[in-house]
Amino acid sequence: MSDGGLIVSLGRHGPLLALLALIVLNILITPNFLTLQTLNVNLTQVCTIVIVAVGMTLVIATGGIDLSVGSLMAIAGALAPMIFLGTLFTIGPVWLAVTVAILVALGATALLGAFNGWLIARFNIQPIVATLVLFIAGRGIAQVMTNGNLQVFKVPEFQFIGLGRMFGIPVQAILMLIFVVVAAWALRRTVFGRQVLAIGGNDRAAVLAGVPVARVKIAVYAISGFLAGIAGLIVVAINSASDANLVGLGIELDAIAAVAVGGTLLTGGRATVWGTLVGAFTIQIVRYTLLANGVPDAAAMVVKAAIIVAAVWLQQRGKRA
Amino acid sequence: MAAPPLLTMTGMTKCFGGTVALDGASLQVGMGEVHALVGQNGAGKSTMIKILTGYHRKDQGEVLFAGAPFEVASPGAAQHAGISTIYQEINLVPKQSVTENICLGREMRRFGLLDWRAMHDEARRLLSRFNLAIDVRSPLGQFSTATQQMIAIARAIGFSARLVIMDEPTSSLDDREAGVLFDVVRQLRAEGLSVIFVSHKLDELYAICDRVTIMRDGRTVHSAAMSEIGKLDLISTMLGREIARTTGHATAFAAPPAAAAGPALFTAEGLSDGRHVRDVSFALRKGEITGFAGLLGAGRTETARLLFGASRPLAGRMMLDGRAFAPRQPADAIAAGIGFCTEDRKIEGIVPEMTVAENMMLALMPKLARAGIVDETRQKDIVAGFIKSLGIKCSGPDQKIRELSGGNQQKVLLGRWLALSPRLLILDEPTRGIDVGAKAEIQKLVARLAAEGLTVLMISSELEEVIEGAARVFVLREGLSVADLSRSDITEPNVLQAMAHGTGQAAHV
Repeated sequence: MSDGGLIVSLGRHGPLLALLALIVLNILITPNFLTLQTLNVNLTQVCTIVIVAVGMTLVIATGGIDLSVGSLMAIAGALAPMIFLGTLFTIGPVWLAVTVAILVALGATALLGAFNGWLIARFNIQPIVATLVLFIAGRGIAQVMTNGNLQVFKVPEFQFIGLGRMFGIPVQAILMLIFVVVAAWALRRTVFGRQVLAIGGNDRAAVLAGVPVARVKIAVYAISGFLAGIAGLIVVAINSASDANLVGLGIELDAIAAVAVGGTLLTGGRATVWGTLVGAFTIQIVRYTLLANGVPDAAAMVVKAAIIVAAVWLQQRGKRA
Repeated sequence: MAAPPLLTMTGMTKCFGGTVALDGASLQVGMGEVHALVGQNGAGKSTMIKILTGYHRKDQGEVLFAGAPFEVASPGAAQHAGISTIYQEINLVPKQSVTENICLGREMRRFGLLDWRAMHDEARRLLSRFNLAIDVRSPLGQFSTATQQMIAIARAIGFSARLVIMDEPTSSLDDREAGVLFDVVRQLRAEGLSVIFVSHKLDELYAICDRVTIMRDGRTVHSAAMSEIGKLDLISTMLGREIARTTGHATAFAAPPAAAAGPALFTAEGLSDGRHVRDVSFALRKGEITGFAGLLGAGRTETARLLFGASRPLAGRMMLDGRAFAPRQPADAIAAGIGFCTEDRKIEGIVPEMTVAENMMLALMPKLARAGIVDETRQKDIVAGFIKSLGIKCSGPDQKIRELSGGNQQKVLLGRWLALSPRLLILDEPTRGIDVGAKAEIQKLVARLAAEGLTVLMISSELEEVIEGAARVFVLREGLSVADLSRSDITEPNVLQAMAHGTGQAAHV
């Protein structure tokens, strides 16, 4: 992507400037902020949110929302260990078992995402209601699959995606960057991306222009499910354990917040994946700043909420201007 | 009329921004009178009503209601003062009882609890006004639609109304439901209430209205007893034909339409969608502009939507190139080489957040792409070409379309379809809401395209446009195709005549 494209993607520079201001503030007040360790802590915590938020950006660009991402993370996180630990069936070599586990887990979450899209496109169910179905049922499914048990494992071949490094960079950060770059590019340069934005901008006009609205919506939710699956695998890989009660709990709100703070229009039609990346980092660093300076997590949540309100308020003003 | 009028509005003026919506309009409604208010789109009917019911404030003018000056700040206040408005749809809760529905939002309390007995009595008394004796405790959903509708009307009118406004009350009702509504109107009149009835269906007006006020361009142009004005007069007054008559060419369709270009590209027979389109037949010949004339609500747009696959027919046959044609969605029609420029640019035409280029390429884009990736270079060339050939005034292909004027937006949408090199282009009100200069340019363009072999179906409420532009005109009236005029038969009196009186199957092809 060219520089011009990057700048266009960032839209108004508000979110980016806010992030830079936060970083400067931290350098001044937070001890040991400029260390590799701080970077690593923040990076591991933000990666899964960004990956989920990339899918959420596409969903919101069509004027929808996906509440089921956290539950889909739990399903992927429960399914993969069951396969590579041989709970379901035994597969010979470890690398094969891990490959199958990842493919099956991601296939399942992508399909469940497509199911969300199908409900929305075929039956005209409001996205918030349609995805609420799996938001509630999905975590239940994950718990039933594992009998509510914690699955503990030590499989380096699998945990590479959460703990491994390439060129000294955490693997999940590389994955995150790939998804961000591809999604940002696809949104601008592919037929699919334009159709996503057209549907969010004016779905009736899109239908009359021959845009395959149902197909695009199903695809968007399938992508969101797929990315949630990846995030779920990363979380369990980091923890060396899968707890269906906890994996991805509450991440839908973090993802939506990142999208909103990043400058994507919550009503659809205008979206920026780069903005979402910036938004996720902003929220992450705010939380880190507060924690590192001794503010309890509960209070940090209030600040997070305030930031979201401020972002949406700015968006509304921008729209009117 | 000896009794003083219930409502008198005089010298009503209202501007929205720079647009004059009302320019000294007046309206007088007598006691116990059912008064028709008619006019074209944008004539000012709705604005008059919205000022009366407190949605808008008047700029100037005087309103007298029941002999006293009248001005309210909100619809609720208007209702309180005795003016009720009835909307098209039934907005009730089927699972709750009739009483609950009627008393929704105005529950009666005793000692802080709901006083069910009083509310049941209230509901019964209200319904008895409309000769409806039903068990008010039963859930609303178990009654027929007609009864439900009656209940909805009863709820809206309540006890205090002296004037009831019905704004196109029958547009979404079937014949039987409309019949119920007319009974209610007669009942109201018998009780001495007055009704303002807005509708485009002439037969309805003649069936139940006593007087009519005709508006045009924000002014009141005529007011008369229904029995004193014929349908033809009413329509021509509404369209303003007496003044503008025989003033030569009023549009940019300069040359008389070329000779018939040959066989039919498309034919439709006995089309029906069960509501707005009841029995429509027509044929479109290659390289010819065919016009659809008719009043609002005659079913012109709905017929075009059937052709384009935006809705599906219940009955009838369509043929394209001699083969059966049954598009299930717009994409099918587009694939068959049909384009559709909607009458409602804002709501279903433009994607406001997107650029001129993105909007123009929306339909063509999949064909321009390789492996799903948009070919930016080719796209830029095509867009630049259309911006030039259509004379679109914009800062460039990357300007947001919402920043353009109506006429330029319309040209972008035309470009969206022309880029596909269609065989058949449907233009629904192509020049509505755009300035005079752009209007002429678009008319010229359409004429040129037809001369180059494009088949055009043009729907227009501007009579000149259809009469001077089309080589063949089908007149629709209340969902029926009532006339098929070509060449020398396309004259204003003929078209008006068909719009007013046309019946039956004149147009079977």
